Amino acid sequence: MSAPTLMAPAADTTPPARQARGRIGGVTAAFWLFVGPFLVGLVIFVYLPIVWSVVLSFSRAQNTVTPGDWVGLQNYIDLLQPGPFLDSLITFTIFAALIVPLTFVLSLGLALLLNGIRVMRAFFRSVYFLPTACSYVVASLVWKLSIFNGVRFGLANTFLSWFGVDNIAWLATTSPPWYWLVIVTVRLWLQIGFYMILFLAGLQRISPELYEAAAVDGARHAWQTFRYITFPQLRATSVAVLLLLLINAYQAFDEFFNLLGNSSFARPPLVYLYYTAQFNQDFGHGTAGAVILALLIMVVTLAQGRILGFGKAE
Amino acid sequence: MSAPTSALAEQQPGVQEAEVRRRRRRVTPGNVVVAVLRYIALVISAVLFLLPFYLIVRNAISLDTDITAPGWTLFPKKIHWENVPELFTDPSVNILQGLLNSAIIAVLQTVGILLLCSMAGYGLARIPYRWATPIFYAILVTLMIPPSFIIVSQLRWVDTYQGIIVPVIFSGFTTFLFRQYFLNFPRSLEEAARVDGLGYFGAYWRVVVPNSGAFFAAIAVITFIASWNAFLWPLLIGQDSSMWTVQVALSTFLTAQTINLHELFLAAAVSILPLVLVFVFLQRYLVQGVAETGIKG
Repeated sequence: MSAPTLMAPAADTTPPARQARGRIGGVTAAFWLFVGPFLVGLVIFVYLPIVWSVVLSFSRAQNTVTPGDWVGLQNYIDLLQPGPFLDSLITFTIFAALIVPLTFVLSLGLALLLNGIRVMRAFFRSVYFLPTACSYVVASLVWKLSIFNGVRFGLANTFLSWFGVDNIAWLATTSPPWYWLVIVTVRLWLQIGFYMILFLAGLQRISPELYEAAAVDGARHAWQTFRYITFPQLRATSVAVLLLLLINAYQAFDEFFNLLGNSSFARPPLVYLYYTAQFNQDFGHGTAGAVILALLIMVVTLAQGRILGFGKAE
Repeated sequence: MSAPTSALAEQQPGVQEAEVRRRRRRVTPGNVVVAVLRYIALVISAVLFLLPFYLIVRNAISLDTDITAPGWTLFPKKIHWENVPELFTDPSVNILQGLLNSAIIAVLQTVGILLLCSMAGYGLARIPYRWATPIFYAILVTLMIPPSFIIVSQLRWVDTYQGIIVPVIFSGFTTFLFRQYFLNFPRSLEEAARVDGLGYFGAYWRVVVPNSGAFFAAIAVITFIASWNAFLWPLLIGQDSSMWTVQVALSTFLTAQTINLHELFLAAAVSILPLVLVFVFLQRYLVQGVAETGIKG
């Protein structure tokens, strides 16, 4: 530290590690000053609860979160029997099979439409993005009480009545399962704009020269350009969008809770866990279910890491 | 972000490319039809996207008898502004408390996340500590793990602000985003600060943070929106009605159906108003933030 003025010109190229050495406390102290507070919180609020949940999941824990009444793997065995927990995984699978491809196609379609215009592009982009400001609770409220209200003044039923169709009880009937239409459209409205922004950013990263080269090579139709240039160039964006969509679908709670409540026919995993742990105070089965879900979601995250190269310096 | 590259390409295209470009831009009847179809599709989509907002406003300023009338009308017969004082003076609907709780929680969560996650992200990106990489991976595996009710109940933090606010602050995802951002931050700026005798801490506060305004703003807006709209976590922790956020209050009114329709819709309108304002004034940061972090994340 005594010769900083002399060393200064050379210091620009010296790695920071060398410079920091010799300072009071050095690299280690600096690292813990920056990362320590976050890590302490992470240990208390994330790691400790994970360990606690795993331990508790081997206990009978009715009305208590204190482990002790050991039942081995019984909670897991109960959950993996045909029953509401497996049903909730089936509900998630149906939901994901509907919402993931629909959001993908519609948000990509809107991004392509927007990317091809100049006049009023910012206006349309804002309009499609605006629902991101809305909460699932508010959207569910509008969908349940206004658009898909099961009585005559509901907007969808009013519309159908012009064609002589009788009132449909959208959320109360399971044959046909109209509630999927309500559940899927509410999430589509809320999230399409967000993913459209991701696709727009991806589209704008594609070099215009690629399109020019394609035109020289004789790509005439818009479809050919899309098939051979645009879509392959969007690969990284597409993978990220698909995984984000999948993880978000996996964590679906708000719209199912507010539209369907504790219905027996469409409870995704988090709604099932909410009623098990919070409502019935059965923390043994609740934590066992949470552990199974966390393992599944970690597998997805690790797969995501493999595909996207998580953690690599860019 | 892509503007510079496309501008560059615009300036110096080869002769052949320029020819192609001219051919592509030529106005043909086919191009006009495509453009018209594009705008028709965009306008129809825009109407569908705005419809729910319109329904909220329409029902908020109507009487219940108008909302439930058999003949559906696009516009209410009369605008009932008196719904506004009715909502805010209805003792059974304490919407102001909900708005206040949401504001306190969203502001403190945003401040906490900006402070802790940015520092952790900087440390992980820039300080060459031996265990930095293993620690980074230990943070990464928590990315998708939601906060837990158990620890909050053991701390006796149920029905407290800190119970709702604090566990959410330790966001592995936001730390990850900050780390990625700082990895790409120009080193030369920090090294200049180092030359001036600043340590990591000084360089961070005096040089890095002041030069990262746009990124901090983007994270702040995204965090604020997520926090304001959060539902499951405040539902678990804020059980007493005095601790309800505006989302929990709306949900309770929706499922219990204890208030008038127009009050419910007006409350919904009031609850999205702050975010619509954020959208109008800060959309630039938001769009840029989503575009950058969504993919890099």
